[in-house]
Amino acid sequence: MRVAGKGLIDRTKPVRFTFDGKSYGGFQGDTVASALLANEVRLMARSFKYHRPRGVLTAGSEEPNALMTAGVGAQAEPNVRATTQEIYEGLKMRSQNAFPSLAFDLMAINDLAAPFLGAGFYYKTFMWPRRFWEALYEPVIRRAAGLGGLSGKSNPDPYEKAFAFCDLLVIGGGPTGLMAALTAARSGADVIIADEDTRLGGRLLAEVETVGHKAGHAWAAEVAAELDGMDNVRIMTRTTVTGAYDGGMYAALERVNHHRPRRDSITPLECFWRIHAKQTVLAAGAQERPIAFQNNDRPGIMTAGAVRAYLNRWGVAPGKHVTVFANNDDAHRTARDMAAAGVHVAAVIDSRHDTDVGNTPYRVFKGAQVCGSGGRKELESIQIRTTTGMEAIQTDCLAVSGGWNPAVHLTCHMNGRPTWRADIQAFVPSEGAVPGMIPAGACNGVFSTSGCLASGVEAATKALAALDRKVALVELPDADDVPYKMTPLWAVAGKGRAWLDFQNDVSVKDIKQAAQENFRSVEHMKRYTTQGMATDQGKSSNVASLAILADATGRGIPETGTTTFRPPYTPVSIAAMGAGAQGKGFAPQRFTTSHEQSVQMGAPMIEAGLWYRPSYFPRDSEKHWRQSCDREVGYVRGTVGVCDVSTLGKIDIQGQDAAALLDFVYTNMFSTLKVGRVRYGLMLREDGFVMDDGTCARLGDTHFVMTTTTAAAGAVMRHLEFVTQCLHPEWQVSFTSVTEQWAQFAVAGPKSRDLLNGLLKDRIGDERWPFMACGPVSVAGVAGRLFRISFSGEHAYEIAVPSRYGASLFAELVKRAEAMEGGAYGMEALNVLRIEKGHITHSEIHGRTTAFDIGMARMVSAKKDCVGKTMAARPGLVEEDRERLVGLRPVGDVKALNAGAHLFAHKADAVRQNDQGYVTSVAFSPSLQSMIGLGFLKGGLAREGEIIRAVDHLRGYDTELEVCSPVFVDPEGERVRG
Amino acid sequence: MRINCPICGDRDRREFYYQGAAVALDRPAPDAAETSWDDYVHLRDNPAGPTRELWHHEGGCSAWVVVARDTVSHEIFDVVLAVDAKTRGATA
Repeated sequence: MRVAGKGLIDRTKPVRFTFDGKSYGGFQGDTVASALLANEVRLMARSFKYHRPRGVLTAGSEEPNALMTAGVGAQAEPNVRATTQEIYEGLKMRSQNAFPSLAFDLMAINDLAAPFLGAGFYYKTFMWPRRFWEALYEPVIRRAAGLGGLSGKSNPDPYEKAFAFCDLLVIGGGPTGLMAALTAARSGADVIIADEDTRLGGRLLAEVETVGHKAGHAWAAEVAAELDGMDNVRIMTRTTVTGAYDGGMYAALERVNHHRPRRDSITPLECFWRIHAKQTVLAAGAQERPIAFQNNDRPGIMTAGAVRAYLNRWGVAPGKHVTVFANNDDAHRTARDMAAAGVHVAAVIDSRHDTDVGNTPYRVFKGAQVCGSGGRKELESIQIRTTTGMEAIQTDCLAVSGGWNPAVHLTCHMNGRPTWRADIQAFVPSEGAVPGMIPAGACNGVFSTSGCLASGVEAATKALAALDRKVALVELPDADDVPYKMTPLWAVAGKGRAWLDFQNDVSVKDIKQAAQENFRSVEHMKRYTTQGMATDQGKSSNVASLAILADATGRGIPETGTTTFRPPYTPVSIAAMGAGAQGKGFAPQRFTTSHEQSVQMGAPMIEAGLWYRPSYFPRDSEKHWRQSCDREVGYVRGTVGVCDVSTLGKIDIQGQDAAALLDFVYTNMFSTLKVGRVRYGLMLREDGFVMDDGTCARLGDTHFVMTTTTAAAGAVMRHLEFVTQCLHPEWQVSFTSVTEQWAQFAVAGPKSRDLLNGLLKDRIGDERWPFMACGPVSVAGVAGRLFRISFSGEHAYEIAVPSRYGASLFAELVKRAEAMEGGAYGMEALNVLRIEKGHITHSEIHGRTTAFDIGMARMVSAKKDCVGKTMAARPGLVEEDRERLVGLRPVGDVKALNAGAHLFAHKADAVRQNDQGYVTSVAFSPSLQSMIGLGFLKGGLAREGEIIRAVDHLRGYDTELEVCSPVFVDPEGERVRG
Repeated sequence: MRINCPICGDRDRREFYYQGAAVALDRPAPDAAETSWDDYVHLRDNPAGPTRELWHHEGGCSAWVVVARDTVSHEIFDVVLAVDAKTRGATA
């Protein structure tokens, strides 16, 4: 029911939205909760476990009950709190966890079965037979319990993430936060003030009180306007600071577009912020706690502060006959505000005998308690126990207050434990709980408006001192300074279920049962009863539950302690945290200069780290990739093939100690390498295992170009930095990655030289350009580099030009190769060619193999030290029966061979105890017309000629193999020099 | 968490690659005892309290830095370039 003349909504802007298909009207500024209450809709949800009818309990993000699904289809978002979702034209809200409808929910039968479904019921009830758990009980329970479901469709909404930096972060925009921000801003500090509400003001928006001789919300608007006009202030509304982390880092979720129809695919729905603040003022306010009594969860029963908020902020009376039940003075404001607005106040029930409220136009029961409620799907009446006896009162809205809990959550994110304050019967932040964070105002236990304003200034002054800034004078406005008086009351004694955690359906009885069953530690109680484990993290129930546990175990509340608050303060969607990482955004894409042409040629591109490389270049007549691959292998073995090898890491190394560096990081010697020559090098980790391999070319006396494998380029770069900064800072050597600067292509095959001679300014021959020569060349007028190196075992070169010429050189090379009956080859052919030659890749140097294992023990120079040399010599790493590199060829009936298959002695049982090694790489060799493979076998090549067994348990292959040399093609290495 | 790179200034830890204990600065001589090498390559303390670690500003200036921090409070006491730490010999 709307109340004329009340509220901060814009009544000139009506808005229509739907709830469960029915259309409702509201105004700009309404939340779903306020608009539904205005339409006298109180039943908004069904509870998690017992499917009890629930209405709205609060008016903020701590709401445990009124969870709904917003939107439809792929954009549907479950478990949205009706109290924070703003309405907009066309918004579609749906109830959840009810079947077939919210009003008539079949699963409400759970409520009748409640005696069997208490705390820990699943530990006790579904024990037998054991196999029934997974097959029957769990699926049934999962279907019955739970909140909203995901759409199961890909989320089309855009999300964003961003960083922000400030001198002072003010968390919360109530009176405390506003004063803190104003003080710091006028003092010239860079300020961010964040509040999860749609506008600044906090509790001032929900109360009838004056600040600085004007309405509290008007004062807040003035301060907000001043802040908004300052260049050093960023106001972040609709932004919840969700976590506090090391070094002044804070996480925050900004709801950018939840309050508007989604119009475009650019404006993010949410933005996940990482804010770095030199100092922080926590002004997060406080949350009101309910009092537990029998059936205290009926729709229409709310916190007293929420009832006031609906009236004062949204102009809505949540009932026609309002009652108030409280243990403190503050809640009486609800009755006063309601009466002043012309709403009938049926009664105020104050549990204290000594309360003094003066003359009131409504009945006040002192020393009385509400001990039950009546009504079907919403509140119709309450039963009260007075000093003289029982009485029933007709009411459709009961405002309950058990006092206020400071919002200490963020102060606990770095392991801080809050401190119990007996005078306010609540936890407050402990000193220095988060370095650089100063709690102020209500979240620090200061409950009067005047106190909050002063607390904000004081906190900002402290922060500014820490920032070494002078404090500008800010005058404190006049405001209420009403003391907070309360007498603890957590639960009303009596039979029946009195609810504490509304979202997880945990009652007072459940907590007592946990204590009785010896789950006395607060953390055990929490897990046994699930109290505080729902999406609201028990914001409205934690302290009351602790108090009841303390009582049940005969301890005080401080001894009982609290459970741990962890980030996030309110739920954060994974989509926001992972913003930008959907689809292709998950990892950056690196493209070679030949990418476009490769794609045009129809090559399927495969990922190699972040790079994309062509698998093979299909022809129309080919139906299978193997046909393309075999043809491409044929180019290299028969005529000439061209392949982009730019993805290999290229590191330019210069300086008088460049050779010393290379001698130290490679196992073999590089200082003896002649200018104009290339050498293959093997790199170890310090623990003696192989890290990477590649070639290194000496372009000048003090100038080398190192190549790394595509996969290890980053790791090798980091390693070189480590060696030169951490081990040998005295060396005069500089290096930089030039991977992106040079496009490099392999030209391989018997006709490779002919091809190049048609292209290079100066013809190349064997004399100047023998195997492993390198040097500058002129390619169509472009200064390039030529390396006579071979990964395929054929007469081959790699030619490099600055990247800007890469695309055109590739096109030219392919055209010329095709004219010579060769062509481009892709990764599949490259892999076949190297396996035929027994060349290793990271399939073989996978981090657990040594130079000894791959047959390169002799490459570890005896004449010098190198990284990994000492450790590689450990006895265990040079034992003859280690698993060592061999070639493998199927010789039995089964011709298949799979990487990953394990090796066993011939006729041995294929069990783990008999394992003798494994297959690392396989290919069909067009040259040998057979499957071939590389693998590691105990004893290695000493077993050449032996027949062994390979079993692939995953794919179900069992193959007889012959152990052979890993070099299948041209073992003498004649072609490469030819 | 943020690390104050001596070259680039205060930066988010996501720009850094984490290596491990600063022990890695003190590489034994090739002929040092097996135990020295074992200590250097494999054995690491797991202190609850102050530690010295090597981080690499991979997403920045490529400097290796020695970060002195507390694994309990997560407080960072000091960040120096590995080159400087090494030159000063202050690796203890």
